[in-house]
Amino acid sequence: MTQWSGYFGLILQGALVTIELTLMGSVLALIMAFLAGLGRLSRFFAIRALATAYIEFFRGTSIFVQLFWAYFVLPFVGISLTPLQAGVLALGLNVGAYGAEVVRGAIQSIGREQYEACTALNLGRWQAMRHVILPQALLVMLPTFGNNAIELLKATAVVSLISLTDLTFQAQVVRSQTGNTLVPFTTILVIYFALALIISWGVRSLERRMARGLDGVRV
Amino acid sequence: MEWDWNFVWEIMPTLIQGVKITILATLLGSVLAAIVGLAIALARRSPNKALSRTVGFLAEFIRGTPLLVQLYFIFYVLPDIGILLPPLVAGVIGLGLHYGTYTAEVYRAGIDNVPRGQWEAAKACNLNARQTWTHIIIPQAIPPMIPALANYFIAMFKETPLLSAITVLELMNQAKSVANTYYRYVEPMTLVGAFFLVISLFSVVLLRWLERRYGKIER
Repeated sequence: MTQWSGYFGLILQGALVTIELTLMGSVLALIMAFLAGLGRLSRFFAIRALATAYIEFFRGTSIFVQLFWAYFVLPFVGISLTPLQAGVLALGLNVGAYGAEVVRGAIQSIGREQYEACTALNLGRWQAMRHVILPQALLVMLPTFGNNAIELLKATAVVSLISLTDLTFQAQVVRSQTGNTLVPFTTILVIYFALALIISWGVRSLERRMARGLDGVRV
Repeated sequence: MEWDWNFVWEIMPTLIQGVKITILATLLGSVLAAIVGLAIALARRSPNKALSRTVGFLAEFIRGTPLLVQLYFIFYVLPDIGILLPPLVAGVIGLGLHYGTYTAEVYRAGIDNVPRGQWEAAKACNLNARQTWTHIIIPQAIPPMIPALANYFIAMFKETPLLSAITVLELMNQAKSVANTYYRYVEPMTLVGAFFLVISLFSVVLLRWLERRYGKIER
């Protein structure tokens, strides 16, 4: 009989790394999503082009290739990243590109009358965005952001391949030490699923809170 | 480190070997995903509550967990219960199952979008269930699905590098082995990235065309 408690501790440590990666990646993804999403709606061609290039590049190549590129190629041009940094960078930039399209879509879904009302109230572009458009658009973005966060959580499994000790990595360690395959892999599948459920539950309750007082407003 | 074109030409044949496997895995995976998705969508519509609930939960579970871990599960756990699969077959099954849960949603939406009047008219014309499906529902449900399905197949294509983790010799794995042999990462990794970028830029054009051709029918 193997010492399962010790191995379970190992997997729990992996879960912490996975959660850490998911949180840090999400923060970076959120920042990039707003930067690139608003960038695509910019008045200036250069900013629009830059944002489009970023989005197409990171959506066009897979997260796996980006991660390996960040980890193996960047050191040769003088930028050495730890596995964690490379992981957060690749995850955040990749999911941020998908999020940018969500931001753009949500802002464009706000009706023209809202913009006209802002002009009528003599709000500046930034004021209109900050006080009128974004508060409404955020609610539209939220469910898709939740899905993106789950995609990011699933993508964290890939970082095990650049030797970051996340859930998947630890499961491999347990497999190679015990020879048992069913227990470690089933355990981490269940943990991933539980984490995904927590994210979707959290986003749903956030959505309810933000929608409070907006009854009758078109969302 | 300098970019070396001679090295690029030297490794090109090896990479092309990998490209073939990558494309093969994508095609087989797409076919499997299309079939699995249809099966899931039909099972979820079944009047048998036990069947539709079980399949619904399983699909939810597969969608909430990382593809990489599912590939490990298929590749490492199944041999223990006597099912020995070649890596490519295991990879195709993993891709097909994972993306099948996504295509199932596309089928569901496509079928739900056929207006109720069509079902009622079919009944009024005294068509039986099989005739209703083959002559009324499916011909109207399929065209709007095509762009969404193609979108998931392209997403699957971008996930194929994960198969390298279960020793399938696709593009990423060939690039890695070349890189490890010569200890030059810049060219192989960049070429892999460029390959995926080029293909997905083409696929964006293809998608736009599909959307124009089949996309929005009058609602």
